[in-house]
Amino acid sequence: MARTDWTMRAITRAMLPVLLVLTTIEIGSGLVLKSFEGELLTHPSLLVLVPVTIGTAGNLGSILAARLSTAFHLGTLSFDLTDDRLLGNALATVALALSVFPVIGVGAWGLGTLTGGSDLAVTTVLTVAVTSGAVLSVLAIVVTVVATYVAYRLELDPDDVVIPVVTNVCDVLGVVVLFVVVQMFV
Amino acid sequence: MTVREVAVRAYREGLPALSASLVGGLLAGVVLGGMRAELTAIDGLLVLVPALLATRGNVYGSLGARIATALHQGLLEPRVREADDRLLTAVAAAIANGLLASVFAAVVATAALVWLGRPGAGLPVLVTVAFISGVLSGIALATTVVLVVFAGFRRGYNPDTLVGPLVTTAGDVFGMAALLIAARLVIWGVG
Repeated sequence: MARTDWTMRAITRAMLPVLLVLTTIEIGSGLVLKSFEGELLTHPSLLVLVPVTIGTAGNLGSILAARLSTAFHLGTLSFDLTDDRLLGNALATVALALSVFPVIGVGAWGLGTLTGGSDLAVTTVLTVAVTSGAVLSVLAIVVTVVATYVAYRLELDPDDVVIPVVTNVCDVLGVVVLFVVVQMFV
Repeated sequence: MTVREVAVRAYREGLPALSASLVGGLLAGVVLGGMRAELTAIDGLLVLVPALLATRGNVYGSLGARIATALHQGLLEPRVREADDRLLTAVAAAIANGLLASVFAAVVATAALVWLGRPGAGLPVLVTVAFISGVLSGIALATTVVLVVFAGFRRGYNPDTLVGPLVTTAGDVFGMAALLIAARLVIWGVG
């Protein structure tokens, strides 16, 4: 794969358009955050939960996207829903989410309590984290498979397009899911 | 490979990177949790948080990937002392693009808040916070990415697998810390 030249102009031309589109999308998730700013400011452990939920959602998507891109380059991936590689990677994504989100929930509660004096029960923060994580892992799979498939149909290199798009879309979904789950449980 | 074998392997390979970003994300959360006074003082600051964190990841992830590829191809010596113009250009381009995207984020955030009829701190305040945080996190992240990827490569680690977890962890922590410092500076400056 040809890499861009190492000049200011070439690097900017390769990077800036995508960067500005992704930034605009991320402002959308900022507006969702703003819409429940009151709850976030009242409950410090929910505020602690924000960056780690966004980051983990993006990472679940980007790890899956990188694996599917590689499998796709190697020609070992088919977009058949009974494909072993697709199913196995999807299963691992759910398992990873269910392993890390309980740690995230307890961690956010503990750190929120230590630094801000939390008023929420540990079970509430844990429920918010694990529910968000489970929903996000399923959404990350759907977004990644669709994005990889679209890149394949449009004959784009999935390494260039899919990983940044999936990471940022999952970031936004992280905030939206957190918003919905907070309305349900808090 | 069976479904189970694929899943077990993907799980084992994914867990370390996810754990690293978990630590970074929680630390960033502690900073954000400690920023309640600033979030209240600068209305609309919270709208910028996801965009600024994502910009750090996108820009410095790309810088890291570029350096990793050049190291693999032998186009770059993994020593800071022998840094040539090309490395300096790549770093300068990353910081410049990061700054452009940060200021752009502040403009879009202000426009969206005005359009939705919601109160906001106003364009000059948000742009200044975004710019200062972009400079501070840019210097910290560019230095970290170059130093860690060089050191890792010299010790025989694959720079490609180093960049992802490094940038997500350092990006979250430095990104939030820079935003806190920038917000405090602006609040102090406005008086």
